[in-house]
Amino acid sequence: MINLELILHSLPQLLWGALLSIQLVIVSGILGLIIAIPLALARVSPNPLISAGPYAYAFFFRGTPLLVQLFLVYYGLGQFEFIRNSVLWPFLREPYYCAILTMGLHTGGYIAEILRGAIQAVPVGEVEAARTLGMSMSKAYRRIILPRAARIALPAYSNEVILMLKGSSLASTITLLDLTGMSRTIIARTYDPISIFFAAGVLYLIISFILVQGFRLLERRWNKHLVRA
Amino acid sequence: MIDLQGFGAQLALGTWMTVRIAFAALMLGLALGLLGAMAKVSPIRWVRWLGDIYSTIFRGVPELVIILLVYFGSAAVLNGIGEMFDLDYMELNPFAAGTLALGSTFGAYATEVFRGALLTIPPGHIEAGMALGLSKGRIFRRIVLPQMWRIALPGLGNLFMVLMKDTALVSVIGLEEVMRKAQIATSVTKQPFTFYFAAAAIYLCITIVSMTALQFMEKRANRGIRRSRA
Repeated sequence: MINLELILHSLPQLLWGALLSIQLVIVSGILGLIIAIPLALARVSPNPLISAGPYAYAFFFRGTPLLVQLFLVYYGLGQFEFIRNSVLWPFLREPYYCAILTMGLHTGGYIAEILRGAIQAVPVGEVEAARTLGMSMSKAYRRIILPRAARIALPAYSNEVILMLKGSSLASTITLLDLTGMSRTIIARTYDPISIFFAAGVLYLIISFILVQGFRLLERRWNKHLVRA
Repeated sequence: MIDLQGFGAQLALGTWMTVRIAFAALMLGLALGLLGAMAKVSPIRWVRWLGDIYSTIFRGVPELVIILLVYFGSAAVLNGIGEMFDLDYMELNPFAAGTLALGSTFGAYATEVFRGALLTIPPGHIEAGMALGLSKGRIFRRIVLPQMWRIALPGLGNLFMVLMKDTALVSVIGLEEVMRKAQIATSVTKQPFTFYFAAAAIYLCITIVSMTALQFMEKRANRGIRRSRA
């Protein structure tokens, strides 16, 4: 039922697709982090006017499907004359940049919530200790709170990266040849959905396995000082 | 507000389809999740393996790939069997394929939620049931399941939100739910932003309604339980 010869024959193409998938995850992951850090900082603000913006952002990006967001950016933005005439149009009409942008905005909403939880989970005593030592609030954030929050957030962040790996398959719906898109192209030519999707599924499992192991290593390094009970 | 140019009724029909497939997949997923959790705590080793393999594969492979595999793969398998018996062309319709694919994914995640809940039931409760002479099935239905439900509900609620958004992917195989209706409207009116934005608003509404319903259900499931205060 599974045609191994065909899988071996298409493997180079599938690996190229996998490379694009990984690239999408990494670049959008970095973009997401850049978006998420200020959002999370604003979200923990006691001032409701400041925390309302990030709340609305997270509500929209976590409450609607990634596919809808992707179509809004890739197909939707072209509806507006002023965007078509703007300097950004050469980027916004490329599916690659649209996928990166959407995935970054999407994962940014999730990462912001993870970071918010982590910042709030930093023990109050440690923050007080930093303040007692005469650190300003911004220095306490840089030296104590954010490094601690990063360690607390790491397991949840690794889950989010795996979800984004799976989300990257949606890039195939806006014509990108990621692992899923490449599989669909090969299937259109060979009419063997089972073998090719099977191979793609195995490749996704391998990538997520490597990611999970990588995060486990990072976690062990970062939390070396914590004695395991 | 936004001018839907007469496609409002179509979007409403699509919303109904989205709700239907979400609930169909939920039912299948809950059943699979319970089976998976029981398999994972089974004393028989190969049954535990089966549970592990199931939850690993369906959590690690993208939903879109599973949907495409079920839809196009089932056609290949059904027709392979059909040829042996000289039958006409067969395939799963998009609704069935989508339900099967999304339900299996939901089930894989639910397996972990149910397993966690199962482990919180004190063994004493089950022993008490046995001492009262209840059968194994009755202990599960009367003692284990109601207590598990309370613990599992928040986790299952999160999974349902994910599932509800994943139903958008079934538009790729042509099921006429909200996303597909928005695509159709877009191809006629050439106003993609308007219609995808309307779709986004509909998903947000469904999210709000399900969040409210879940809060209500959690409150009900927790009646008679004293909350510890942090």
